[in-house]
Amino acid sequence: MYSQYKLQDDSGLLRETASQTSGPFVHIGLALEIAGFASRDDEIWEELAKDGAAGERIELVGRVFDGNGDMVRDALIELWQADSEGNYISRFDNKQPFSGFGRSACANDGDFHFYTVKPGQVDFDGAPMAPHVNIAIFARGINLHLQTRAYFDDEAEANDACPILNSVPSPERRKTLIAKKEQGGDVTRYCFDIYLQGENETVFFDF
Amino acid sequence: MSQPYPFFLPRDRNWQPEAYTPGYKTSIARSPRQALVSLHRGSASERSGPVFDGLEIGKYDNDLLMNFRTEGTVAGLPIGERIIMHGQVIDQFGKPVPNTLVEMWQANAGGRYRHKKDNYLAPLDPNFGGVGRCITDSEGRYRFRTVRPGPYPWPNGINTWRPAHIHVSVMGPSISTRLITQMYFEGDPLIPQCPIVQVLKDDDAVETMIARLDMTHSRPMDCLAYRFDIVVRGALQTYFEE
Ligand SMILES: [Fe+3]
Repeated sequence: MYSQYKLQDDSGLLRETASQTSGPFVHIGLALEIAGFASRDDEIWEELAKDGAAGERIELVGRVFDGNGDMVRDALIELWQADSEGNYISRFDNKQPFSGFGRSACANDGDFHFYTVKPGQVDFDGAPMAPHVNIAIFARGINLHLQTRAYFDDEAEANDACPILNSVPSPERRKTLIAKKEQGGDVTRYCFDIYLQGENETVFFDF
Repeated sequence: MSQPYPFFLPRDRNWQPEAYTPGYKTSIARSPRQALVSLHRGSASERSGPVFDGLEIGKYDNDLLMNFRTEGTVAGLPIGERIIMHGQVIDQFGKPVPNTLVEMWQANAGGRYRHKKDNYLAPLDPNFGGVGRCITDSEGRYRFRTVRPGPYPWPNGINTWRPAHIHVSVMGPSISTRLITQMYFEGDPLIPQCPIVQVLKDDDAVETMIARLDMTHSRPMDCLAYRFDIVVRGALQTYFEE
């Protein structure tokens, strides 16, 4: 069968399919309600935790800024996190009180919103990593999605000991990975703004 | 304690596009300038990922010829060349990736997206939405039925046009294998002219995105077929917890 996947590198491994920007209309495919579509029966969206989810309920919100300081209003954000016990629940199931994966979009007011629980600690080589969520950013102008993590500013002690945070060479830049707790409201809300470029450029990871 | 998650081959950042690609103007202000921080082989956080076998996929979710019909009304079919888009998701070792989520979205045959913010003068097609999804089977195969999208102009330089393309999103076994790409059509003369295609430095990398006409899967008197295989990063090893 004639297929484009026969491309191999020097060691005989197949080449990963090349990445392309998700473009300005990513919502049609991955965030239907933002594009103005009716939802299908089961969608991947911003509510990871529902009634009955174990752990502390939190809201994670933020915006994405470009190098000119303008809000990126067409970004799609994906979140992947452990449950409140620090376990990754691979099976995505909207009928369960908690799923570890969600999507949100910076549309309208420019904010993304996730309704979830605070994740527990996950070990890395025997040492606990501070509670965190993994974030992927897709948008027009982004050729290959950007990957970062959000930590929590009320976990200062755990953050100071986190092997991943400490692997970021500049202590100053580590601060770009810390979501800030906001006062008020029934549910604890953390704000995590992402800067694609410039003075406050967020740390992005390769893994 | 060992983790039940595989390690993955590193992503080749010379093969994949760089963030700053000034020929594609929007990338200029949206590209990080600091080096990425390498997590090397990653922790459980990077090596794990969601599995979507619990996601309820609707009967027509992979059939764009049918899935924008309004229930209870007699509607026609979308305008355009009817095509089957199909292929296999495999990893860099050639191992099929079963049970993974493949999502796609596209413009209609005139090159117009059904999106509030697309105001290109080509008309919307009342019978076409432009979104599909499915889960790969036990051999990593996926399949959609749709129409071939039209090329469309976009503001980058003077008179820049996107080649006909379908946006394709695949999860793979981990967030490490997550990938969004665009599928192009074999023989389209707009491909080499496109600034978004040109973000790839290597012509071979462009080849990975070009679907091939596949007469063996076409249906006589019905539709042509295009084959588009997707390669995600290879899983190296799995340790199971005791
Ligand atoms: Fe497009």
